[in-house]
Amino acid sequence: MEIVNLTAENFEEEAKNSNKPVLIDFWAAWCGPCQMLSPMVDEVAKEVENVKVCKVNVDEQPELAEEYAVMSIPMLVLMDKGEVVKKSVGAIPKSEILEFIKM
Amino acid sequence: MYDIIIIGAGPAGLTSAIYAARGGKSVLVLEANMAGGQIVNTPMIENYPGIFEIKGFEYTMNLVKQATDKGAVIKYETVTKMDVSDSEKIVYTNAGEYKSNAIIVATGLKRRKLEIEGEEEYSGKGVSYCATCDGAFYRNKDVAVIGGGNTALEDALFLSEYCNKVYIIHRRDTFRGEKEYADRIKNKDNISLVLNSEPVKITGEDTVTAIEVNNKETDESVILEVSGVFIAVGQIPSNGIFDKVLDLDEQGYINAGEDCYTDKAGVFVAGDCRKKKIRQLATAVGDGAVAALAAMEYLL
Repeated sequence: MEIVNLTAENFEEEAKNSNKPVLIDFWAAWCGPCQMLSPMVDEVAKEVENVKVCKVNVDEQPELAEEYAVMSIPMLVLMDKGEVVKKSVGAIPKSEILEFIKM
Repeated sequence: MYDIIIIGAGPAGLTSAIYAARGGKSVLVLEANMAGGQIVNTPMIENYPGIFEIKGFEYTMNLVKQATDKGAVIKYETVTKMDVSDSEKIVYTNAGEYKSNAIIVATGLKRRKLEIEGEEEYSGKGVSYCATCDGAFYRNKDVAVIGGGNTALEDALFLSEYCNKVYIIHRRDTFRGEKEYADRIKNKDNISLVLNSEPVKITGEDTVTAIEVNNKETDESVILEVSGVFIAVGQIPSNGIFDKVLDLDEQGYINAGEDCYTDKAGVFVAGDCRKKKIRQLATAVGDGAVAALAAMEYLL
């Protein structure tokens, strides 16, 4: 599936009101581990159909980072029906991302 | 069946992969976490000969591309066990098993934890192990850095650009880190040194609000109000799974000399996981080349 870049404007529609669970990757251009995690998240997005994969650039979307209490990046958040189900901090391999998105 | 299996995709392991793949060997690299290892967290590498400046993750991406372009295969799996008693060796992972004629162990180091109250609880909620990743979330706030080595000093300098105040909490009264960093710290008005002191516990509500430290000389406890605690107390080897297979020293490093030979035929070791005095990027890649060439000679 296509990766959706979330912003304060489209967050409600794309993430909160999504009819399937949403994986959100909070990242920044200056964060090394984020750059390492990003291609793994891209691969997951290509493979899975049952989860919507999204990214938030914390520099461009500081309100979203604050709203979701992001204090460490990369941070993965799994959201379902508008609620945060779980969070994971740090770069993890693809197999662990696939594990993380299991409800 | 591979000619060489390399365990660990940091600078040492990937250098071995480049040399071995370029030498015509079939190479599998197994990585438990992410490629690059510790160097990914380095914002800018400034001491790699011949390269003025490169970001840690860019350097890693170059290594990965160079290794895979030459034909090495990288799989992100965790090694759980290996059997090296025969000439045909077996490496077991969480996802399967792989056979090879030679193995290079390049597992590097993992970060040491403080193991104090509040560290686990507030991990990602104010407790961080990566100042360059998380520093920007602490703009204009007060933070503490724990440690006295290069990483701690680098972290403190980096954070001093964003934060209101940076405490460096260190258990000795002198720093192990490079003099250049220590000098730069002296010139920073917003860095405050808390020496001869050990952290006792990290407290907070939803997120970190303070750290309690104990001065070892006076035995007095002080509570520092901070929003973030950056832990940089060094690294330890993670060679536990090789305990019964290879000769480890009491700290867990693999006993091997500069030739990178272990006590098992066909098993070589490269980089920070080897018992050695100096652990630098340049020495890691040096080991990577030595181990690969030793493995290729063994395979003749």
